[in-house]
Amino acid sequence: MELYRSHVLICGGTGCSSSGSLTFEDKFAAAMAKHDLNKEVKLVKTGCFGLCEAGPIVVVYPEGAFYSRVTDEDITKIVEEHLLKGRIVKGLLHGSAIDEEVTKSINEVDFFKKQKRVALRNCGIINPENIEEYIAFDGYQALGKALTEMTREEVIEVVKASGLRGRGGGGFPTGLKWTFAYNAQSEKKYVACNADEGDPGAFMDRSVLEGDPHVIIEAMAIAAYAIGADEGYVYIRAEYPIAVKRLEIAIEQAKEMGLLGKNIFGTDFNFDLKIKLGAGAFVCGEETALIASIEGERGMPRPRPPFPANKGIFGQPTVLNNVETYANVPQIILNGAEWFANIGTERSKGTKVFALGGKINNTGLLEIPMGTTLREVIFDIGGGIPNGKAFKAVQTGGPSGGCITAEHLDTPIDYDNLIELGSMMGSGGMIVMDEDNCMVDVARFFLDFTVDESCGKCTPCREGTKRMLEMLDKICEGKGTMQDIEDLEQLAYTIKDASLCGLGQTAPNPVLSTLKYFKHEYLAHVEDKKCPAGVCKDLLAITITDKCIGCTMCKTVCPVNCISGEKKGQHVIDQDACIKCGACIDKCPVKCIVKK
Amino acid sequence: MAKKLSQEECFAKLNEAIEVHKGSQGALMPILHEAQHLFGAVPLDVQKVISKALSIPLAEIYGVVTFYSQFTLEPNGEFLIGVCMGTACYVKGSGPILDRISRELNLPVKTTSQDGKFTLIDTRCIGACGLAPVITINDDVYGRLTEAEIPSILAKYINA
Repeated sequence: MELYRSHVLICGGTGCSSSGSLTFEDKFAAAMAKHDLNKEVKLVKTGCFGLCEAGPIVVVYPEGAFYSRVTDEDITKIVEEHLLKGRIVKGLLHGSAIDEEVTKSINEVDFFKKQKRVALRNCGIINPENIEEYIAFDGYQALGKALTEMTREEVIEVVKASGLRGRGGGGFPTGLKWTFAYNAQSEKKYVACNADEGDPGAFMDRSVLEGDPHVIIEAMAIAAYAIGADEGYVYIRAEYPIAVKRLEIAIEQAKEMGLLGKNIFGTDFNFDLKIKLGAGAFVCGEETALIASIEGERGMPRPRPPFPANKGIFGQPTVLNNVETYANVPQIILNGAEWFANIGTERSKGTKVFALGGKINNTGLLEIPMGTTLREVIFDIGGGIPNGKAFKAVQTGGPSGGCITAEHLDTPIDYDNLIELGSMMGSGGMIVMDEDNCMVDVARFFLDFTVDESCGKCTPCREGTKRMLEMLDKICEGKGTMQDIEDLEQLAYTIKDASLCGLGQTAPNPVLSTLKYFKHEYLAHVEDKKCPAGVCKDLLAITITDKCIGCTMCKTVCPVNCISGEKKGQHVIDQDACIKCGACIDKCPVKCIVKK
Repeated sequence: MAKKLSQEECFAKLNEAIEVHKGSQGALMPILHEAQHLFGAVPLDVQKVISKALSIPLAEIYGVVTFYSQFTLEPNGEFLIGVCMGTACYVKGSGPILDRISRELNLPVKTTSQDGKFTLIDTRCIGACGLAPVITINDDVYGRLTEAEIPSILAKYINA
């Protein structure tokens, strides 16, 4: 094996590659070739590091130098200064990696220090397109252990004892699910992986598939062995082309090495894995809808029971788990149930990955032990709210979840606590909102999403969410009445009780939770016809104050020509014609145009 | 790539794809993906071919095509502009960005311009929340956008 004195890790995750990091490998290689460094320094294209805000990210080891927002010019500097002369280019380090001239390695940076990485352990460390790197990090050892040292029952027992619960949203105990499928009598059984990550603002499944695809293959093989299946499907969003490609490569490599196929590890266990592409339907994240979609039909849910564990893909018993759930399994098998159960809270074991986004300084992906408080996540790891704005709420659980306010920031995060607060864990999206976000508008945003994504099979969800959206539209337009707020709440509970699947049963949550914590904002829209945050356009008026210098800049930029006034004279906006685009506010050199 | 193929070549490729998947369970979706890729849409005449080859009623295929947002009945414009409406982008102002693009191009959301150059859509979360607000124009990604940057970005494609 060749030895290198330095390793350059280039993030190839979605965030960084959107800013051009996929071209960095060639550019580094070219710059290094000038100094004949290619035999001394190894380039590794990794999965997501997590701190997408700072992308494109490049990390140089052994120092752990954390370069952020790297540009093409920076590459030359890093090669010539750091790689050639051994001097860290301090000016290019991420702000948090340098403290009064003392540089910190990436692991000492606040964002990473408080994390505990189980599901994401290999993301940003190994090259996801190279099976040997995965194997070097204990990859496929858990599968080997399960197949050669453990019985099927023992595997299920370990997963059960670990306390692992489904990471896709519901939080159902994984071991129990496996037991049901194990007990189901059938010649043919399937395992499936739900990689249809439709929850807006959540991208952990994508990061695992892009950064460590082999862990999913290994975990699915373990699940297949445990329940007695020989075939598996990964149902993945077509919107994730990089993840699909890396998973395809991983499956090919695993087949070549005999880790997929017949007689794996010399045992009589056979397992074959296929990819099924989703086609853009949020409801396919629901298990019975996902199965219908794999079978080539419209992705519509059906009543349960029978549960997929008894009657799943093509009518056969099926274990269906989420990507992040699977990503925990090999570590549980290797380290034991007790190790996993020691992390987290009493009823929520292990770690959870969150996608932190919205009005937050450190946007990105992080993994923390269950029981960490929201305050630690948002302020210690997330670095707080940008531009000195005040924290208003954090939204968890996506379109199925709710908002959590400042007074609950010290709540330890686990499945049950979040539900108690009227939200839910969901898949782990965490969107932070500040004083400039209108909560009625946010509720409307989510309802708009569910109306669009409702499959139309059951009436409460199809018709009910539509009526709720209409009421919210009315309120945001300043035409709402107190009766609307009352009806909204009542309809919300009806939809929750009467809908067929999880989508409808949880769709009203964003409305109920904003009604609970931000009723005053609803009242302001209805009674005072005001949007306190200044978001709802119909309730805003843009006016020019008497500080106007008559420069005519606003007049030129107005797209609908609704501003009148002479040069050097006071300008006026015609309120009836104004579309409230705000273009004049941005243009005004003396900041005399206000929105209220 | 798809544009260079003639209609006959597309149908030939489609038949190849049908042969590959025919007989396996759940063959419809992968074939539809291939058709969407080849033709840029799955119009009725394409659906009829698939229907015949797989012995699945046309009504059922039409139902599947219209159910999923990845399949369209008409091809998109030369440049597909997607404005991410994921939550992270939304709270950081992707709404006004969508309005601005619509205004600049004089193109309502979810429509294609008369000359077939642009299609403007609001997309689901593309998972690049770290770059919010984000738009995509075909394979190009523009992140951390402000409204003011829109005209110069669009200009590149208008003149292309």
